[in-house]
Amino acid sequence: MILDLSKLFKKTKNSKDVAKERLKLVLIHDRANVSPQFLEMVKSEIIKVITNYMEIDEDSLDIQLTRTKSDDGSGVVPALVANIPIKNVKSSGR
Amino acid sequence: MGEVIVITSGKGGVGKTTTVANIGTGLALMGKKVVLIDTDIGLRNLDVVLGLENRIVYDIVDVVEGFCRTKQALIKDKRFEGLFLLPAAQTRDKNAINPHQMIQLCNELREEYDYILIDCPAGIEQGFKNAIAGADRAIVVTTPEVSAVRDADRIIGLLEANELRNPKLLVNRVRMDMVKRGDMMSIDDIIDILAVDLLGVVPDDEKIVISTNRGEPAITDSKSVAGQAFRNIARRITGENVPLLDLEADAGFVHKLKKLLGLKTS
Repeated sequence: MILDLSKLFKKTKNSKDVAKERLKLVLIHDRANVSPQFLEMVKSEIIKVITNYMEIDEDSLDIQLTRTKSDDGSGVVPALVANIPIKNVKSSGR
Repeated sequence: MGEVIVITSGKGGVGKTTTVANIGTGLALMGKKVVLIDTDIGLRNLDVVLGLENRIVYDIVDVVEGFCRTKQALIKDKRFEGLFLLPAAQTRDKNAINPHQMIQLCNELREEYDYILIDCPAGIEQGFKNAIAGADRAIVVTTPEVSAVRDADRIIGLLEANELRNPKLLVNRVRMDMVKRGDMMSIDDIIDILAVDLLGVVPDDEKIVISTNRGEPAITDSKSVAGQAFRNIARRITGENVPLLDLEADAGFVHKLKKLLGLKTS
């Protein structure tokens, strides 16, 4: 009963949001022009370095190749965006 | 010195040729001297969209091979002062021309004309490379669909790799009613994803089909919303600052009534 009610109130996702999400995912791979394995390798190396200094949440770590406007606004440049949640900074690192 | 602008998209069928025909006509109506070059060798179409298919004698391959002078191959549009078409060859393939020849051709034309618009074939192969070779700037045409935006993204990357920085985006066939219901990506969504500057937005318009049937660019139809959008885009290309078209103006009677009564401010 409770489940049914929540279904009733939960709006189905707009098709444009689905399109946007799918597009974003596809473009990450198109733009990177690298294999998922390559990204995994980069990811594991980054984890290795950072864990020397701080405790991080490895499961929710997110690394993406994307594009962004350059600082002077003259064009678009590729960017490696990493979202690394920090749990704790090790005392030895301070 | 004229400016060479390539109109490209990656994906086929998004409206490159229609865009070239309309913007070119718009620029000519503004008093500019304009040459439109069809580089889709083997699949030429700009001639029929412009209604000039019966006047072709020589084509672009004849020009680059030295079979005729450039002037001889240019078809003068009798309806619009200052508008010329250089048609593609229909019975040759894309390798009949190389990028070096395109650069030479563009440099020759820019001596005499204000704008040279290049209609690029779909794809990213030889035809694309030829089309962009002589260009100073690029316009990327897309529609609010996953496949078209994906290809636009790829094209933007390739243009920048070929020193054509800051391409401008034209979003074609937008349906405001669908955007409002959340069933079509909005202009903001697309700009957000592609991270490029917007040149203009062209609403989906039946009149484009009708005008193409007749071989008369929609830009000359004062009642066509797409025509109005193309007129604005042509003015922006010359450097004028023209605000974006209010696409909601065509949103229907109820909306207009609400707007009239002040129930809606947008």
